[in-house]
Amino acid sequence: MSVLDIGRGEAAPMRLRLEPAAVVWICVALLILWCETAGGGVAALHAFPKAWTLPIATWIGDAVAALIGPTQGFFRQITAALTLPLSALQAVLGGAPWVITTAVAVLLAFRAKGARLAAFTAAVAAYVLVGGYWAPTMNTLAAVALATPIAVLIGFGLGVIGYRHAAARHGILVLLDLMQTVPTFAYLIPILVLFGFGPVVGIIASAIYAIGPMANNTMLGLAQVPLAVREAGEMSGCTRRQLFWRVEFPSARSQLLVGVNQTVMAVFAMVIIAAVIGGADDIGFRVLQTMRQAQFGQGLLSGLVIALLAIVIDRTTAGFAAASRAPVRRLSSRTLTVIACALAALYVAAWLQPALDAFPTEWTYSPAEALNRWLLAFVARFGDVMIAIKNSAIFFLMLPLRIGLIKAVSPFGWGFTLTPAMIAGYWAVATIAAGAALLFGGRWRAAFAILGVAWMLFLGTTGVAWPGFVAVVAALAWQVGGARLGAFALAAMAFIAFSGSWGDAMQSLYLCALAVVICVAVGGALGVWAAENDHVSACLRPVLDTLQTIPQFVLLIPVLMLFQVGEFTALIAIVMYAIVPPIRYVEHGVRNVSPEVVEASRQMGCSRLQILRHVKLPMALPSIMLGLNQTILAALSMLAIAALVGTQGLAQAIYVALSKADVGKGLVAGLSIALIAMLSDRMLKAWSRRAQEALGS
Amino acid sequence: MTDKARSTKLACRNVWKVFGEGAERAFAKPVQRSLEARLAALRDGGHVPAVADVSFDVAEGECLVIMGLSGSGKSTLVRCLSRLVEPTSGEVIFEGRDLMRLSRRELTEVRRHKMGMVFQAFGLLPHLTVLENVAFPLQVQGVGEAERRKRALEMVGLVGLAGREDAYPRQLSGGQQQRVGIARSLAVGPDLWFLDEPFSALDPLIRKQMQDEFLRLQRTLRKTIVFITHDFLEALKIADRVVIMRDGRVVQIGRPADLVLNPADEYVARFVADVPLLRVITAGDVEEPVGGACAAHGGVSRSTPIEALLARLADVAAVPITEDGALVGQVTSAGVMKAVAAASARADRGWTVERA
Ligand SMILES: Nc1ncnc2c1ncn2[C@@H]1O[C@H](COP(=O)(O)OP(=O)(O)OP(=O)(O)O)[C@@H](O)[C@H]1O
Ligand SMILES: [Mg+2]
Repeated sequence: MSVLDIGRGEAAPMRLRLEPAAVVWICVALLILWCETAGGGVAALHAFPKAWTLPIATWIGDAVAALIGPTQGFFRQITAALTLPLSALQAVLGGAPWVITTAVAVLLAFRAKGARLAAFTAAVAAYVLVGGYWAPTMNTLAAVALATPIAVLIGFGLGVIGYRHAAARHGILVLLDLMQTVPTFAYLIPILVLFGFGPVVGIIASAIYAIGPMANNTMLGLAQVPLAVREAGEMSGCTRRQLFWRVEFPSARSQLLVGVNQTVMAVFAMVIIAAVIGGADDIGFRVLQTMRQAQFGQGLLSGLVIALLAIVIDRTTAGFAAASRAPVRRLSSRTLTVIACALAALYVAAWLQPALDAFPTEWTYSPAEALNRWLLAFVARFGDVMIAIKNSAIFFLMLPLRIGLIKAVSPFGWGFTLTPAMIAGYWAVATIAAGAALLFGGRWRAAFAILGVAWMLFLGTTGVAWPGFVAVVAALAWQVGGARLGAFALAAMAFIAFSGSWGDAMQSLYLCALAVVICVAVGGALGVWAAENDHVSACLRPVLDTLQTIPQFVLLIPVLMLFQVGEFTALIAIVMYAIVPPIRYVEHGVRNVSPEVVEASRQMGCSRLQILRHVKLPMALPSIMLGLNQTILAALSMLAIAALVGTQGLAQAIYVALSKADVGKGLVAGLSIALIAMLSDRMLKAWSRRAQEALGS
Repeated sequence: MTDKARSTKLACRNVWKVFGEGAERAFAKPVQRSLEARLAALRDGGHVPAVADVSFDVAEGECLVIMGLSGSGKSTLVRCLSRLVEPTSGEVIFEGRDLMRLSRRELTEVRRHKMGMVFQAFGLLPHLTVLENVAFPLQVQGVGEAERRKRALEMVGLVGLAGREDAYPRQLSGGQQQRVGIARSLAVGPDLWFLDEPFSALDPLIRKQMQDEFLRLQRTLRKTIVFITHDFLEALKIADRVVIMRDGRVVQIGRPADLVLNPADEYVARFVADVPLLRVITAGDVEEPVGGACAAHGGVSRSTPIEALLARLADVAAVPITEDGALVGQVTSAGVMKAVAAASARADRGWTVERA
């Protein structure tokens, strides 16, 4: 046997050997070729045949209906039970003199982060008061104040269970994963059906939505308690309860507070979004109303309230979390007395002087009308430019990707029709490029990638044969993550196809894919620039912080103003939201390349560009891929919100289902998005892991 | 020697700890094979026998040092002794009671009153001040505020941290943090004191200082100690006896000088290779019977290190050894030379050759 091996070993270099992965890809290519040529006439290869779909949505709808029957009373009771504390909170916050509320907020901000945040908070309060948004703002805060403790308590409980019991942990992680990826509107629907309509339902939805970050941070924080600390506690003779409350819980405190910060922000974002279902006069509802009535001046002004509030809440809670890492400075009882006396004095003052209690309407001033006029003038002046930008993006970028060059190239958009000669030329160029990659670089992966992109561009995401698309995704998943991931990819796509969402999914996919490509190209470049230049980094940071802090919903307003309803508007909104991760991760990755390696390559005489190209970027690859992953997740979550400004596909299906309270359809579309998100997440993580291993760390 | 008179404080009998999923079942499989075969079978099954069939006694007031390379199971063994880690099998007998049979409640009581432990990574509670950290074991017992404070202050003073009571752990240097760890472990006045590489995370100079302080403390407190280190010089300073571990098993137990003069195998020999021989061996180790007439005048005890006798041996041929004033033997320069020569020959030729 060994003789035979040696003989083979010597002969091997003479032959061209095919890697098994290459064989798979050749099969995939042949399948696509067959689908698009020989099978070209078969309609079943392009649109997933209707006859094959299963009534999954109906099943889910029926199942939920069956569940609701006996349990609805219980859920409605929860709704009823929460109504009282909500009205109480609304009464307290709405009834308290504005001076007191403002003073408390400013004091909290000062305690959390110092004078600058306190000043900012005072300015925000002034804006809210003068703008006349006090009452809706207090209603929103009341909702946040009610939903946050619920989310924190449930999340903490889940986190503790997950930390304690390995068996439960797995289930909890899957649940959290689903909650993070199923779009918000999608699970508003079952909540709506279970709990009924009204403001309390929005609070319940927000509380459930925000459980995830708290549970995650609880598990993380408890797992991070150093073993020595826990053992020291045990050796000190702690009982189990003492060990938890006196050792583990305080040691995990900072991480728990980070969880509280994220939970508050999630609650806040969701309370705003829940305006879509709830009828309370809160600030989210104000924004939605103005958007529906196309009052952009009012929309901008009230959207700004949300953005500013988000920043104040985030910085204050984050400040408390960060402060807990340093030794606690306890307030002396004298300071506390002074504060209490000052607040009491303010209260008396507000009682004596009504202007300090309820902010007088004469003092408010809204530039909304002026803003509106100005915006109209702006649109009139630059409308042509806007339309030109929008149309060229639609004709040259979006349509080709969606319906393919073959349909998009028309006299209307492009000024000519595709002739057979042009088509032949297109494929000739693609084939030559792929051939060149294969022959001169020996890069068969690049060759297949070129052909694949050419195929997608030619037919568009909605035009390619679905068996081919399935094969490509499954093969990719198999290649980066092994057989299990391949199987998961097949199962996910089977769910999407058989539930009848294939067409919608491809519509959504093109929009997301385009947004992600733009984000990665622009964001990646900005990230590299920021990594190389401290000034750029310093300028970008507050912008990124703001984009990340303010609820997604608010981002829609300015874009909607400029470009009206449509997919282009959605695209821009998605890009605005999803551009943050690539900038952050690329900058982080490039900056954190080990200085020794950079120094060594500089010593070898590399130019700055060469260092970037050959050293920094390759070494930052794992981080960049994690950034790509976050970008995709962000794009998918924004896609769901962007349904408000008119998109086609899964997100729109959810939105429509929401308006009809159709649980089955909504959940099917929501799960489809969740599956796409999970699949891309798993694939990119697997890929990033490989890159990391290749770098040997 | 007085050792025999002391009672046994802590004993472990055939203690095993096997890590890995389903370790209990894998361990419980009936075997009639040798220890080696059993270990090999466990390892093949993907389990980690971190502690394998370990038995020894620790006498009251003794300082037992456990040594071994990283991963040899020292920490796991000590955690088995305090049941921080549940042994897979075996007995741990503390003051005549089998710790394995205690309920969680009883175990907590034992830990509250009888045991203290110092950790390599300090294990201080980050949210408590120095004083609160030291008082923590008393607090969980429910000792009153005033009493707690008094006792904690005393301990903080004992380890030389007076004045830093209100600092938080992160404001202290590594050496100071470990002093807090030591003070905390002593706060309840334990009989049995575990120390898991207490000084390994410290700089050499601080480490030396801490060792000296540890010795000073031990001279006054006279605790029963189980001390882990992988620094043989540290072991030399403090140990009454040393346990050498390798891959979970005990290779040799003995006084430091026994290990240097009669290492059980190459592993032990390599451990003690760089030891300053003359500081380790004592008069008793190279004792010879008294030949001719030799005066008991100027006699030394058996435990005197040879290093201290070098000056005298340069002048006279023999130094007498006395016990309770009576002459029992002598140290000669020739005897010392022989012991040194044997040890260095072993080092030169390599252990395996010697064995063969
Ligand atoms: N919780 C655990 N689960 C699985 N294996 C463990 C666990 N704890 C320790 N081990 C393994 O048991 C063996 C002994 O570990 P232990 O920590 O006792 O070694 P050590 O002698 O204290 O080493 P060091 O000097 O590095 O502290 C090691 O192989 C380690 O990997
Ligand atoms: Mg150890």
